[in-house]
Amino acid sequence: MNFDYAQLFSAAIPETVVVITAFLALLVDFIFLRNLPARTRTSLLATVTAVGCLSAIAWMGVSHSTYRLDDAIFVVNPMTQLVKQIILALTIFTAFISVQTNFTRHLGEYFILLLLASAGMMFLVSAENILAIFLALELLSLSLYVLTAFNKQSVFSAEAALKYFLFGGMSAAFTLFGLSLIYGVTGEMNLTAIAAKLAGKTTDPLFYVALVMTVIGFGFKVAAAPFHMWAPDAYQGSPTPVTSFIAAGSKVASFFILAKILFTGFAGAEGDAGWHHYISGWTPVLAILAALSVIIGNLAAISQKSVKRLLAYSAIAHGGYALLGILTADQKGFASLIYYVTTYALTVIGAFGVVAVVENYGGDKLSDFAGLSRRAPILSACMMVFMLSLAGIPPLAGFFGKFYVFTSAIQLGAKSLGLLWLVILAIAMSAVSLYYYLQVLKQIYVVDASDKTTVSVALPTQFVIVALAIAVVVLGCVPNLLVGKILAALSLG
Amino acid sequence: MNHSLLLTVLTFLPVLGAALLLGMDGEDKKMSRRFSIGFSLLPLICLGLIWRQFDSGMQGLQFVERHAWIPSLGVEYFVGIDGLGFLMLLLSAIVVPFALVATPKEIANPRLYFALFLFLQTGLFGTFTALNFFHWFIFWEISLIPAFFLIKLWGGPQRTKAAYQFFVYTMLGSVTLLLAFLALFAATGTLDFIRLSELTHSGELVSAIGAKLTWSKLSPNGLVMLIFFGALLGFAVKVPLIPFHTWLPTAYTEAPSSTSMVLTGVMSKMGVYGFLRILLPIFPEQLRAVLTPLLWLAVATIVLSAYAAFAQKDLKRIVAYSSINHLGYCLLGLFAAVKFSSPGLINEKAAALNGVILQMFNHGVTASALFCFVGFIEQRSGGLRGLNDFGGLRKLAPVFCGLMGITVFSSLGLPGLNGFVGEFLIFKGTFSLAAWAASLSTIGLLVTAIFLLTMLQRVFTGPVNKRWSTWTDLTTAERLTVLPMIAIMFVVGIFPQVLLSFINPTVMQIIQQFK
Amino acid sequence: MLAWTVYSSFIGAAVVALMPSKSIRAVRATALLTATIGLLLAFAGIVQHTPGQLATITKLNWIPQLGISFHFAADGISLTLVLLTGIAAVCGILFSWNIEHRVKEFFAFYLALIGGVYGVFISFDLFLLFVFYEIAIVPKYFLIAIWGSTRREYGAMKLALYSFIGSAMVLVGIISAYVVAGGKTFDLIELAQFPFPEAFQFWAFPLVFIGFAILAGLWPFHTWAPTGHVAAPTAASMLLAGVVMKLGAYGALRVAMTLFPLGLAAWRDVIALLAVIGIVYGATVALVQRDFKFVIGYSSVSHMGFVLLGLMTLSQIGLSGAVLQMFSHGIIAGLLFGVVGRMVYERAHTRELALLQGMNLSKAIPFAAVTFIIGGVASMGLPGFSGFIAELQVLIGAWQTFPGFAILAGVGILIGVAYTLRAIIKGFFSENEIVSTAHSEPLAPISMPERLGAAILIVTTLVVGIYPRLLLDIISPSWNSELMQHLVKGGAQ
Repeated sequence: MNFDYAQLFSAAIPETVVVITAFLALLVDFIFLRNLPARTRTSLLATVTAVGCLSAIAWMGVSHSTYRLDDAIFVVNPMTQLVKQIILALTIFTAFISVQTNFTRHLGEYFILLLLASAGMMFLVSAENILAIFLALELLSLSLYVLTAFNKQSVFSAEAALKYFLFGGMSAAFTLFGLSLIYGVTGEMNLTAIAAKLAGKTTDPLFYVALVMTVIGFGFKVAAAPFHMWAPDAYQGSPTPVTSFIAAGSKVASFFILAKILFTGFAGAEGDAGWHHYISGWTPVLAILAALSVIIGNLAAISQKSVKRLLAYSAIAHGGYALLGILTADQKGFASLIYYVTTYALTVIGAFGVVAVVENYGGDKLSDFAGLSRRAPILSACMMVFMLSLAGIPPLAGFFGKFYVFTSAIQLGAKSLGLLWLVILAIAMSAVSLYYYLQVLKQIYVVDASDKTTVSVALPTQFVIVALAIAVVVLGCVPNLLVGKILAALSLG
Repeated sequence: MNHSLLLTVLTFLPVLGAALLLGMDGEDKKMSRRFSIGFSLLPLICLGLIWRQFDSGMQGLQFVERHAWIPSLGVEYFVGIDGLGFLMLLLSAIVVPFALVATPKEIANPRLYFALFLFLQTGLFGTFTALNFFHWFIFWEISLIPAFFLIKLWGGPQRTKAAYQFFVYTMLGSVTLLLAFLALFAATGTLDFIRLSELTHSGELVSAIGAKLTWSKLSPNGLVMLIFFGALLGFAVKVPLIPFHTWLPTAYTEAPSSTSMVLTGVMSKMGVYGFLRILLPIFPEQLRAVLTPLLWLAVATIVLSAYAAFAQKDLKRIVAYSSINHLGYCLLGLFAAVKFSSPGLINEKAAALNGVILQMFNHGVTASALFCFVGFIEQRSGGLRGLNDFGGLRKLAPVFCGLMGITVFSSLGLPGLNGFVGEFLIFKGTFSLAAWAASLSTIGLLVTAIFLLTMLQRVFTGPVNKRWSTWTDLTTAERLTVLPMIAIMFVVGIFPQVLLSFINPTVMQIIQQFK
Repeated sequence: MLAWTVYSSFIGAAVVALMPSKSIRAVRATALLTATIGLLLAFAGIVQHTPGQLATITKLNWIPQLGISFHFAADGISLTLVLLTGIAAVCGILFSWNIEHRVKEFFAFYLALIGGVYGVFISFDLFLLFVFYEIAIVPKYFLIAIWGSTRREYGAMKLALYSFIGSAMVLVGIISAYVVAGGKTFDLIELAQFPFPEAFQFWAFPLVFIGFAILAGLWPFHTWAPTGHVAAPTAASMLLAGVVMKLGAYGALRVAMTLFPLGLAAWRDVIALLAVIGIVYGATVALVQRDFKFVIGYSSVSHMGFVLLGLMTLSQIGLSGAVLQMFSHGIIAGLLFGVVGRMVYERAHTRELALLQGMNLSKAIPFAAVTFIIGGVASMGLPGFSGFIAELQVLIGAWQTFPGFAILAGVGILIGVAYTLRAIIKGFFSENEIVSTAHSEPLAPISMPERLGAAILIVTTLVVGIYPRLLLDIISPSWNSELMQHLVKGGAQ
C-alpha cells in the first residue's frame, strides 16, 4: 500500500492546528500573561483559543478533501468536517464563557486541557475503527476528568471529578469489553468490515453481549438513564464552563460516534422497537434507554433547586430525545440527530453561560435567579430564549430539533407507526418539562429580587451569550441553514 | 300597501324619545316628565293616521313593509297589521301615556324611569307588528329588559326577587319558544309566520319535519307535538295560564304601580296575542289534540285565580290575581273556538273570538286603571295597601270612590261598561262550543264579583279609619289622568261596534284557517 | 397584506421591548398604534375578500426537506377571527391603559401574543400553524404570572401546562398524519386531499381535536379556564376568553375536522355530548360563584360549548353559527371581563359579589353598570346582539342532528339568563340604599380609554347582532371551498 504522509497531514490539519493552539495557549500564558489580572488573562487566552479554532474551522470550510486512512483509523468526509466545525465553535463559546468565572489561577493549563479535549473529540469524530475510537475517547475523557476537578477551592469539584472519573473508567471498561468482543467475533476493527462480517451472524449470542456492552458504555458517556447517576453531581460540582463543555461538545461527539458505530458497524442488526413488532437488535435497547431517559430526566428535574442540577437532569432527558434520532437507523434520522444535538449544545452552553454569570452573585440556586430580569435584562432575555428552546417552544431551535427527531422517528416503519409509543412518551414528557423550565423563568421574570444590584457581565461573555441566543432563534426560524448543510454533507459523504 | 313606513316610524318613535331623553343634560324632573309624556303621545298621532287609512272591511294584512334582512336564515324585516294588531297597537299607545301620567311626580331618577318606559313601548309596538319570528322575537325579548329594571330599581321591598323571577320565568318560556321555532326553521327553512301557517294548511309542515328532523323513536307527528309544546309554554307563561303563573303576583305587586299598569295592561296581552297570531294558525291540529286539558287549565285559571284573589289581603295582589282571572276568559274563549274544525258553528266561534280580542283590549284599559287607582291609594297612604288598612274613604273622597267604583264595575262586567261586552261575547260563544267549561267558569265570574265588591266595600265604606282623616280626594290632575280611561270604558261598553268592526274580519280569517 | 397583521404585531412587540422603560406613554402609544394597524389590516382584508374564496397570501418554501412551507392564506372563517383578534387587541390595550408596573414588558408580551394568534388564524401549513399556536403560550404565562391577581402563578402555570399538553397531543397527531400521508408535505390543503385510513383517523381525530379543544374549554378539560381567567390581568383575560379560546376551536375545526372526516363521523356524538355537558355544566357552576370573575370564567366554558356543538352539527348553518359564536363570544366576554377586571376590580378592589353588593356600584360608576348590563344581556343571548344570532344558528343545526342536545342547550341558555341576572343584581345593585352611603370614598371616574374600549365592543356586538350579514356573508360561503366542503356534505341529511 502506498502510504502518503503529506495527504494524512493535509487531512489532519485542523486537529494539528488545535493541538498547536493548545500548546501555544500554555506558552503564551506562561511567558506573557502571568502578572495580568485574571479576567484580562482569560480574555486573551480565550482569544488565542478562538483564533486557533477559527482558523481550523476556516480551513475545513475551504478544503473539501475526503480522506480515509488505512483501516479507517482516520476518516475525513464532509460530515465529519461539519461536526468538527460545530465542535470547534462550541469550544470557542466555552472559552469565552470562562472569562466570567474565576475558579482557578492556572489558566494556561485550563485552556490547554480544553483544547486537547476538543482535539480528542475531533479525532473521535474522524475515527471509524474501534481502536481509534477508544483511543480518542480516552483522550477526550482524561481531559474532561481533569477539567472537572479544576476548581481546587471546592470540595464538590473534587467529588464531581472523582465520580466522573470512576464512572467514566467503568464505562470505558464496558466499551472496551464490548469492542473487544466484537473484534473477537469478527476479527475486524474497521466498522464497515465489521458490518460485512456480521451479516448473517447477528444471532450469535456473543454478538449480543458485545452489542449490549458497547451500548452501555456509550450510555454512560451520553448519560442516558439508567447510566446517568454521575451526571447530576458532575454537572453541579464542575466549574460551570466545564459543565457546559461536557454537556455540549462531549455530547455532540459522543452521539455522533455512537450513531456511527451503530449505523455502520452494526448495520443489519437494528431489530425493531415497534409496539407490536419487537425484533431483537440494537434499536430495542436504545428505545429502552431513550424511554427511561426522558422519563427519569424530566421527572427528576422537576424537584431540583439548583439550576445546574436541573440542567443536568434536563440534559439526561435531552439525551433521550436524541436517542430517538439514532433509533431511526437511517440518514434522515441521522440528520435530525445532528441537528438536535448541535442546537441543544448551543442552547445549553448559553444557559450555562448565564448560570456562570449569576453564580458570581450568590450561587446557582433557583432563588439566586429571582428578579434577574431587572438586574440584567439582556441576559434574562437570552436565558428566556434558552429555556424556551430547551422546552421546545417554537420558533426556537429546540422546537424544530424535537420536531425533526420525532418526525424521523415516526417515519421509521411509516405504515405501522411502530415507534409512535416512544414519540408519544417523549412528547408527553416534553410537556412536563415546560413546568421546570418555567420555574426558572418564573424566578427571573415574576419573582421580585431580594438583591437589587445590577449584574455586570464581562463583555466577551455577554457577546457570546447574545450570539448564542440569536443563533438559537435564527436556527429555529430558518432551520434550513443547518439542515441543508447536514443533508448536503450526508449526501456527499 | 299604503304609506308603508308608518308602522316603522311608529315602532321606533318611542326609542328615539328614550335616546333623546337620556341624552339631555340636567336632572330636571318636570322637564323629563313632560318630554316623555309628549313623546309617548306621538304614536297616538301615528295611529290616528293609520286609523284613517285602515280598511276595516278588509281581511288580511295592511301597512305591510317587507325587506330582506338575513337571507341565509330566512329572516326578513316584515311588519304589517290586521284588526287584531291594530287594536293591540291602540291599546299600547293608550296605556303607556296613561301610565306615564300616573307616575308619581316624586319618583327617583325620573329620566331613566321614563326612558325605560319609552323603550318598553317600542318593544310592545314591535311585538304587535312583526310577522317574522326573528324580528318578532327581538321585540318580545327586548321588552323584558326595561320591564326588569322598572321592577328592580323602583319596586317594593321584594323587588329583587320579583324582578328575577319575572325575568327567569319569562325566559323559560322564551327559550322553549325559541327552540320550537328553530326546529321549525330547521325543517322548513322559513321563520315567516304567514308562510308557516300556509305550510300547516297544505300539510307540508308535518312532512317537512318528518323529512328533516329525527329524534329517536318520535314520529313526525310526535315531533310536531313536542315543538308545539315548546311554543305553547312560551305563551302560557306570558299570559299566564295556571300553573305557570307564579311569577305574576309578586311581579305585579312589587312593581311600581305605573309599571304594573303596563305589565298587566299590555304585556300580558303579548301572550294572548301570541296564541292568536302564532299558535292558532301554525298548530291548530296540535292545539285541538290537547284541547280538553287546556280547557281545564283555562277553567282552573279562571276559578282558582278568583279564589286566590278572594284570599288576598293586599290590594295590589288582589288586582294582580284578578288580572290572571280576566285573561283566563280570553284563553277560555280561544280554546273553545278552536274546538271544532268543522265549518259549522261559525257564529259561535266568531262570537267567542270577537269576545277574546275585545276582552284583551278591555282588560288592558280596566286593569291598568285599577292599578292606577291602587297607586293613588298608595301615594296617599305612604305605601300601605292592606285590604283592612282603610275604611270609609267614600266620605272623604267621593270622586275617588266613584271613579274607582266605575272601574271596578267595568272589571266585574257590569253591562253598559266595556268589560261586559267582551265577557258576554266569550260566554255566548263558549256555551255552545264547550258548555261544561263555560258553566264551570261562571263560578269564576261570581267569585270575581264578590272579591271586587268586597274590596270596594272595605276601602270605601264603613267607619272612617281615624288614621286617614286627612285623606284627600283626587286632584284635578289625577282626575284628568283617569278620565280618558273611564270614557273609553263607557264608549266601548255602549258602542262596542267601534272596535268590533276592526276585529271581525280578522276573526273571520282566523276561523277560516281552522279548516 | 393580511400577513402584515402577524409581522406588524411582532415588529411592534420588538419595538416596544427595545424602548426605554421610562417612556411609558410612548410605549402605550406604540402598542395601541400596532394593534390599530392590525385591526385596519383585518378590515382591509375583509373588504378585499371575495366570499367563498380561499385566498393564498404567501406561499414560500421554508424547510423543503420536510415539505414545510410558509403558507399564509385566508378564507371567511380566518378573516372573521382575524377581525375579532384585531378588535380584542385594540380594546385590551385600551383597558390596560392604566398599567404602571413594568409597562414595557407588558405590552411586549401582549403584542407577541397577538402576533401568534393572528398567525394561527391565517396559517395553512400545519407546521406553521403549530408554531404560532405554541408561540401564544409563553406570553400568556407571563402576562398572568406577572400582572395577574388571585393565585396568579398557579393560574398561569396551569394554563401553560394545559395548553402545552394540548399542543403535545396535536403535535403527535400532525406528525403522524404527515408520515401516514407519505411524509411529503405539511400543507393543510394538500394533506386534506389524502384519504387517511379509517383506523388511523379513529385515534388521530380525537387526539388532535381534543388537543385543540382543551384550549377551547371543552368539558371536562376546561378547568384551566376559570382559574386562568380569574388570575389574569384584565387585558389578558379579555384576550384569553376573547381570542385564545378561539384558537382551540379554530384548530379543532381547521385541522382535526378537515383532515379526519371519518374520525369525525365516529366521534361526533361523543364530542357533541361533551359540548352540551359543557354548556349546562358551565352555566350551572357560574350560577353559584362568589367571585365576579369566576362567573364570567365559567360562562365562557358554557358559551364555548355552543361553538363546539355547532361544529359537530356539520351543517352549513350550524358551522356558520359556531364561527359566529366564536366571534360573538370573543367580543362579549371581552366586554364583560373589561368591566369586571378593569372598571370594577380596580376601583372597588374586590370581586366578591357579596361585598360588591354593599357598594351599590350602579350609583358610583353608572357607566360600568350600564356596560355590564348590555354585555350581560348580550351574553345571555337576547336577540339584537351577536350572541343570539350565533346561538340561534347553532341550535338550528343541532335540531337537524341532535334534537335532544338542542333542548339541553336550551336549558343551558336559561341557566345562563339566571346567572347573568344574578351577577348584574349582585354586582351593581344594593339591596338597600343605606349601605351604599356608608361607602363614602368616591371611586375614580371611568376614564376615556375605558369608555372608548367599551363603546367599540358594544357597537360591534350590536351591529353584528342586528345586521349579521356583515359576517355571515363571508362565513357561510367558506364552507363551499374545496377544503371545507366535505364538512357540510357529511352532515346534511
